[in-house]
Amino acid sequence: MTATDTPASLPAPSAPDATRRSPWGEVLHSLSRSGTFLTGLFILLFWVVCALFGQHFVPYDPLESDIINSLTPPAADHWFGTDQLGRDVFSRVIVGSRDILTVAPLATILATIAGTALGLVIGYFRGIVDDIVSRVLEAFMAIPVVIIALLAIVALGTSKITVIVVIGLSFAPIIARTVRSAVLAERELDYVAAAKLRHEGALHTMFVEILPNVIPPILVETTVRLGYAIFAVATLSFMGFGIQPPSPDWGLSISSNYGMIGGGFWWTVLFDALAIASLVIGVNLVADGVHGAFND
Amino acid sequence: MVFLGGQVLPGNVGRAILGPFADQRAVDALNHSLGVDRPLLVQYGTWIWNFLHGDMGTSYIFRAPVAPFVIDALGNSMKLALVAFVLVVPIGILGGVIAALNLNRPLDRIISLGGLSVTVLPEFVTGIILILIFGVWLRWLPIAAAWPKGAGFFTQLYYLILPSLPLFLVLFGYIARMARSGMIEALDSDYTRTAVLKGLPWRTVIWRHVLRNALLPTITVIATQTGYLIGGLVVIETLFRYQGIGSLIFTAARGKDFPMLEAGILTIGIVYAVATLVADFLYSVLNPRIRLGAEQ
Repeated sequence: MTATDTPASLPAPSAPDATRRSPWGEVLHSLSRSGTFLTGLFILLFWVVCALFGQHFVPYDPLESDIINSLTPPAADHWFGTDQLGRDVFSRVIVGSRDILTVAPLATILATIAGTALGLVIGYFRGIVDDIVSRVLEAFMAIPVVIIALLAIVALGTSKITVIVVIGLSFAPIIARTVRSAVLAERELDYVAAAKLRHEGALHTMFVEILPNVIPPILVETTVRLGYAIFAVATLSFMGFGIQPPSPDWGLSISSNYGMIGGGFWWTVLFDALAIASLVIGVNLVADGVHGAFND
Repeated sequence: MVFLGGQVLPGNVGRAILGPFADQRAVDALNHSLGVDRPLLVQYGTWIWNFLHGDMGTSYIFRAPVAPFVIDALGNSMKLALVAFVLVVPIGILGGVIAALNLNRPLDRIISLGGLSVTVLPEFVTGIILILIFGVWLRWLPIAAAWPKGAGFFTQLYYLILPSLPLFLVLFGYIARMARSGMIEALDSDYTRTAVLKGLPWRTVIWRHVLRNALLPTITVIATQTGYLIGGLVVIETLFRYQGIGSLIFTAARGKDFPMLEAGILTIGIVYAVATLVADFLYSVLNPRIRLGAEQ
């Protein structure tokens, strides 16, 4: 469970390419011509590369402190300056992409799997199951993620796994709702009726017949959720409930340094803030591009 | 149409939230359970009332009754949220309306893209960047939201501008987007065409026909954003060291001060319910179709 898991979750649009070449080929084609998507992808890939290989090319060890040179402003030998322990901010920003790019995608994958399964079940069976589950899901969706996470983490203690589970489960209802509405449209179609006439089991009909046809909305929702997951992980880390020291994580760095910005030490927080901003915007551009490609 | 309006309203959702929310928290506190399927808000309100008047518990940390802390904090948070709302509702709606009237022209793109980009950024990131710009570099605004004791209205307002800006930015995107799509739909409708063809001046058409219909869904969105706003307050109040309900919950969670935590979260539940109720009410006042439906 390291950063190497990360890229696998991202270029999902190409995965089922072999089976249904023409519609998926069309989507890929429109993605490759979408400026929004390509810009977002470029930013995202930049940070993925930093997460994977950053530690090999940064000039300093991001965790090594050098108290004598603490809080030096940006200069030739420390491009982004140093923090209060004399650690090189540039190296920390580059390597700081690692934890957030592990935790956020894993949370998103968990949300997608749980949400898809739930959405398929309530969309397929409808009736009382749907009514009850939908109300409960709506209730969960209205509680801010930060509050859910705060409570869960107070109860369970802080760890990466907790963060992944909390964010994953609080995003699952949103994906379930999307899948449900897609399934509601699909289940009236002839191929579902045909499957029922063949006496296929409910599970077979849901996962083998319907699921492949509702992949596009799931993919769109997943990329959108990835943006929110990064948002949530960064926020939780900033609050001290997410990624824990001594990781050079961005949110964490900001939370340990922002107390000093009144003293004018802007470089200790600005670059981390810009890094989070660029990653979040990058993922949202990708999500926008994917949405556009499937809805044209 | 009446039925559709009822579906869109977040009213029953809001009621549903209180159920599980109170369940988890309240069972510990009062050993009193409240099901999701007890939708009577009045009943729930009475129960809350008793809770408020009875024993709210004693803080583990401060060794004092919780209630004064919560009430103080709530007042402070209300001030902050109010400043953000008063700024964002007119400006957000105006932004959306301007974007819709300039559909697909550069102005629309700037508002839509800009709104979207700031909406997806975590509050503490925009907060940090705004602190750096206005508090550290320009030195226009104070970086902590702690005004001197006994400060007047305008001094308080002055201290609240910077903390309310990140909330403003996030909400601006949502509100402007809703207002924009509502406007586009209304501009495209038959009644607008009829009004134009009957020779009414463009200004009258916009004011009397388009705006009234376009802004209805926006009101619902503003109400649902209260839930988000509470999550945002937790982050913003921590960042600006502001003694509000968010930082109260945050501190209580960190210190495992359960009575304080429960009281804080219950208070949030009440605020959410009230906001939803007010939105329902406003919606029915503004939408004669629902009013008529209720009377029949």
